[in-house]
Amino acid sequence: MSIFIDENICNGCKGLAEARCERICPGDLCYRKENTKAAIRDQSACWTCACCVKECPVQAIELRLPFQVCSNGASLKVRLKPDKTIWSVWDADKHQEEFIIQAKRLKGDK
Amino acid sequence: MGIINIDTDILIIGGGAAGCFAAVEIYKKSPNCKVVIMEKAHIERSGCLAMGLNAINAYIHSGQTPESYVSYVEKQFMGVIRKDLVYSIAQGLNDAVKDVEEMGLPIDKNEDGTYKERGKRSIHIFGERLKPILAEAVEKTPAQVLNRVVATNFIYNGKRVCGAFGYGVRNSTFYVVRAKAVIVATGGASGIYKPSNTGGARYLMWYCPWNVGTGYAMGIRIGAEMTSFENRFIALRVKDVHAPTGTIAVGAHSKQINARGEDYLERYYKHLGGIKCFTQHRLLATIEETKAGRGPCYLDTTTLSEANERKLKEDFLNMNPQIILLWASKGMNPRNKPVEIQGTEPFVVGGHCQAGYWIDKERRTTIKGLYAAGEVAGGAPKKYVSGSWVEARIAAITAMEDIKGISLVNIDDRVIQIEKGRVLSPLNKKSGISPLEMRERLQKIMDEYAGGISANYALHEERLLEARRLLKSLKEHIKDMSAVNNYNLVEALECIDRIDVARVLVEHLIYRRETRWSCYQTRLDYPEKNDDRWSVFVNSVYNPEADEIIMVERPLCK
Repeated sequence: MSIFIDENICNGCKGLAEARCERICPGDLCYRKENTKAAIRDQSACWTCACCVKECPVQAIELRLPFQVCSNGASLKVRLKPDKTIWSVWDADKHQEEFIIQAKRLKGDK
Repeated sequence: MGIINIDTDILIIGGGAAGCFAAVEIYKKSPNCKVVIMEKAHIERSGCLAMGLNAINAYIHSGQTPESYVSYVEKQFMGVIRKDLVYSIAQGLNDAVKDVEEMGLPIDKNEDGTYKERGKRSIHIFGERLKPILAEAVEKTPAQVLNRVVATNFIYNGKRVCGAFGYGVRNSTFYVVRAKAVIVATGGASGIYKPSNTGGARYLMWYCPWNVGTGYAMGIRIGAEMTSFENRFIALRVKDVHAPTGTIAVGAHSKQINARGEDYLERYYKHLGGIKCFTQHRLLATIEETKAGRGPCYLDTTTLSEANERKLKEDFLNMNPQIILLWASKGMNPRNKPVEIQGTEPFVVGGHCQAGYWIDKERRTTIKGLYAAGEVAGGAPKKYVSGSWVEARIAAITAMEDIKGISLVNIDDRVIQIEKGRVLSPLNKKSGISPLEMRERLQKIMDEYAGGISANYALHEERLLEARRLLKSLKEHIKDMSAVNNYNLVEALECIDRIDVARVLVEHLIYRRETRWSCYQTRLDYPEKNDDRWSVFVNSVYNPEADEIIMVERPLCK
């Protein structure tokens, strides 16, 4: 598994022509199912670039790594602010580590 | 199925680092010039920069000069580079970086406002959002962006490129874009060789898996001259997740050690008279150590301070979040255990190595009306992202100049119908070879007969001749491919492009009968570098009528 979409959180970006993950995925892997929840069409075609994770405004998508590479359990979520990116990483024991990193210069920044 | 016709002055194919920069440049210099970007994905997050970037590795710090930059690249590539191209890139690096900083990219600075020196030619950036920043700059221009339109072929009348065909995967519509000039900026090619991760992890690779060499293939199919495909690139990366080793080695000053804890690099470059280890020798050394039973090899991160460990993690999140997950899943930190490294499968790229279109100093290809910039342009290795921006600027300026007095060309409807039929034919078959089967067959051939991972990247003539034969027969099966939907159709088109690139690559690998670049191009049957005979560029031109690849040699320029 490369990404996990939590259907309890996903609202399918109701009202938009495309779900945000569908719009952004560089590999065209995300789509909206008939029940209006987002889904990934092929886990084995995922680059694990986290673009969809970053784009989801309700943090319904987690980045994971395929089991072929390492055991499951760890996951990662992202929140984007206008000038910074906030990363939350959970290890297999659910310990959380958070990173807040500048990502964009706003007008007036040196 | 419908057809959308679009007319423009300049068509840019590929909205990545080079493509976006070119569009912004054209608007700055000539705001009335009409620009269309044809982009396979969405320009906000497409191509190699989709994941982000934590360093710019081509920059001229104070004390360095464009001349010293050229001399560095020339040494790293054993004397065979286009010095004129690399010099023109070196001259523009700092201005291009400044432009992107002004677009919004945060760059690590000293107190006096100069950029912090990360390495001799490198600066440290906070580039998680580099691609959205470039896309936002494009949005401020009137350029028309065709997202989710896959370029399929140039429109070529035998004299000049007059535009390009594309297929819109969202609206199932065929695009005919006429242009006075076309800038190709589609990136390099992944997926030619069997990847290091297979099965359910097969797309967990170094290079963007959707950069499949389409720009190369479209050029090959109209007989554009290509150069140096044999100068393949193999990245030395963190095992399985392909995180950049430079972030650790350059950014955190960690040593490369073997399983016995020995710093092994010196053995592989000191005798060559160098004072520093070349990129290719870091890879060679790691493979040789492993072959000799002293692997696995590692980057020794155990000496990191706690604060630097945190910084390292932040740098990786900006470029390769997978490694953070890898550590988290193992419940470990880099200070507890060295990080294992390995070589990736080979890629065909013009940004790290120099495979690509043969171009003049102004970035004209050998076909009129067609310009190349970024990874798809050959002869100028180590250009990376900032060099791609410079090339985009040069190509844009040249194209703007050349279109003066040029008119759009009428396109025969039969030509449109033929291309449309070719593109859609996999959808019209109920059963056949799936794109996945086709891709895996190609990757197996290349891995086994053209120096993939399973061959430790080594090449020799008999195997390469077998690759040539197998690829020719594989091409005959293209007509048997079937696709069930648009996503699948794009995969099929990608296979066609990859096969065209692979065939040219194999001819280049056969032709250079020496060993010029360790691992990238190691010939078991010609193990020595032969400067008297092979200080030349190996180029090729495809003849579509005869389905024949003609090899050409070009001398080194001054």
